[in-house]
Amino acid sequence: MEKDGNTILDEVTKSEYKYGFYTDIEMDMAPKGLNEDIIRFISAKKNEPDWMLEFRLKAYRYWLTIKEPNWAHLHHPAINYNEIIFYAAPKKKKQLAGLDEVDPELLDTFKKLGISLEEQKRLSGVAVDAVIDSVSVKTTFTDTLSKLGIIFCSFSEAVQNHPDLVKQYIGSVVPYTDNYFAALNSAVFTDGSFCYIPKGVRCPVELSTYFRINAANTGQFERTLIVGDEGSYVSYMEGCTAPQRDENQLHAAIVEIVAMKDAEIKYSTVQNWYPGNAKGEGGIYNFVTKRGMCRGAASKISWTQVETGSAITWKYPSCILMGDHSVGEFYSVAVTNNYQQADTGSKMIHLGKNTKSTIISKGISAGHSSNSYRGLVRMTRRAENSRNFSQCDSLLLGDKCGAHTFPYIQTENKSSIVEHEATTSKISDDQLFYCQQRGISAESAIGLIVNGYAKEVLKQLPMEFAVEAQKLLSISLEGSVG
Amino acid sequence: MLSIKNLHVAINGREIIKGLDLEIHAGEVHAIMGPNGTGKSTLAGVIAGREGIYDITEGEITYKGKNLLDLPIEDRAREGIFLGFQYPVEIPGVSITNFMRTAVNEIRQYKGLPQISAGDFLKKMEEAKKLVGIQSKLTNRSVNEGFSGGEKKKNEIFQMAMLQPELAILDETDSGLDIDALKIVANGVTALRSDENATIVITHYQRLLDFIVPDFVHVLFEGKIVKTGGKELALELEAKGYDWLKSEV
Repeated sequence: MEKDGNTILDEVTKSEYKYGFYTDIEMDMAPKGLNEDIIRFISAKKNEPDWMLEFRLKAYRYWLTIKEPNWAHLHHPAINYNEIIFYAAPKKKKQLAGLDEVDPELLDTFKKLGISLEEQKRLSGVAVDAVIDSVSVKTTFTDTLSKLGIIFCSFSEAVQNHPDLVKQYIGSVVPYTDNYFAALNSAVFTDGSFCYIPKGVRCPVELSTYFRINAANTGQFERTLIVGDEGSYVSYMEGCTAPQRDENQLHAAIVEIVAMKDAEIKYSTVQNWYPGNAKGEGGIYNFVTKRGMCRGAASKISWTQVETGSAITWKYPSCILMGDHSVGEFYSVAVTNNYQQADTGSKMIHLGKNTKSTIISKGISAGHSSNSYRGLVRMTRRAENSRNFSQCDSLLLGDKCGAHTFPYIQTENKSSIVEHEATTSKISDDQLFYCQQRGISAESAIGLIVNGYAKEVLKQLPMEFAVEAQKLLSISLEGSVG
Repeated sequence: MLSIKNLHVAINGREIIKGLDLEIHAGEVHAIMGPNGTGKSTLAGVIAGREGIYDITEGEITYKGKNLLDLPIEDRAREGIFLGFQYPVEIPGVSITNFMRTAVNEIRQYKGLPQISAGDFLKKMEEAKKLVGIQSKLTNRSVNEGFSGGEKKKNEIFQMAMLQPELAILDETDSGLDIDALKIVANGVTALRSDENATIVITHYQRLLDFIVPDFVHVLFEGKIVKTGGKELALELEAKGYDWLKSEV
């Protein structure tokens, strides 16, 4: 009957990854490794115009000249880029006209994940662009959206059908010279989503994409570009689950968002890549560059993320507040358990006058994991009367995990205000005892307390996601008591 | 219902309870009084099953015929033991409604009952709220977060009304309450009294016992029950203090 905190913690954290299955579909793969021929292969596979190939090659040549960053609070064996397959696509039988034509195996995979397309389509009114590995399988709701002039399609389709828009905005927020993983992605990205909301249009549905890594040893390099033209609004959701694998898999995505004058873009993620097993073997390495540019006056970009997966997370969704009166927001819950490592946070770069940013970060660490918040708030000289409020809370479960906060604040003008608050707390024995005394098991109690702790962020999520996110938080921490 | 025999409990190697015996039957209200530091809250914690603090060195506790000390905390609660906390803890972000729904359903699951319907749950909430006179919006707030002392105690009795325990232990429920709040809390407890359940009221002061009339009053002194009597014993203690008991130990 007597259990110390760590025993219970162990029990809770032993729960196996619940999405550990993989789909057996014929793959169309590039040979292992990376060189200019591979990039040409990818580009040719996708029938890309010359300018796209040139973009990739420039990025590749730049990538060769730089080194993997090592400033993050992360430790992992060196990644051998010559062992990675940079392109894998399910073999297409023919052009798909309806759901009944989608590979039944794929549909089954979605069903296991609880996100079957029919269900999504019928019940939730969500347009889903389902991505398995690198090629879009099916885009729904395109008709409804296209009547409003909204473009929502796979990145490859956008390159074919809307080359001018892609050419205009690709790399405009995250140039390939931005960082090592951004350069890599720019060279080898295989697919992703593209979204354009025209002037004055409010997108009537939540746009959603499910990404899924599906083949062993396949690096996945998504690229997403969202452009909100003047006065438009869109809420975009991205969700991830990956099947269980023993080898580490690299994931280096780029998300670029552009908001023109008076546009508002909400970007929500629930990230549940395979985190590795309880011993810290396997799991996804997730090196992502996400950045939004509030280009026009009074524009707004809001990032909300719930991170429960990946062996390693390196991710700083950021906003460049260029337009006067523009607003940037970042809401994050990052959970690490077992041997997971997360170095995540945000950057708010204030360029315009009267710009405003908010950062709410909730880190939850259990097991032997390490959870770091790293954030930069910069008020440039021109950004007069701007404001930032940052709150970074860490919750520790157990005594073998670590939480770190690395805030960087730079102010170059005297009229701006930057506030930073940080707390570190534990789930107290008193809280657990109180819940258990009411008949609530230790596991449910932790679920309750953690969800309560993360509420400020969870309430930012669209409804469909909030429910999934709450379940995920409880699943990822089952049994962690400190 | 509850039988405690020769209970010895130590905290950090120091013996706090030194051979305590107590018999409680359904339908009874027992008051446990005594000066600070004599083991009143320890006794409450031991019955509720708080882990990691108490070292039970000797004795036994049976509850409804079961060895209570074998049951984990949550199972004791599911078997009908309720502890009204002296210092209810705050749980930020967890609404009272959500907290209670989780508790009610886990108890029902333990008893093999289906989940409570939303309608029944709301009805139950309304009744319980009325009993302790708490405002509707209070249950939308996070558990005890930013509550006044009185609100916290009312919330404890509200939860007691929701869970309908067989054995309720109220640990210094009167501390920090003004007379009006005290009356509300006491009336709530009295309303919940029945032939099937029992209550242990732990208190410093006789005041509470004007409103929750006990069948037995026990004086706990230096880890033992040194005197047991009817409700008039409480008045005697109020008048004379505890010092006179020292000579009787």
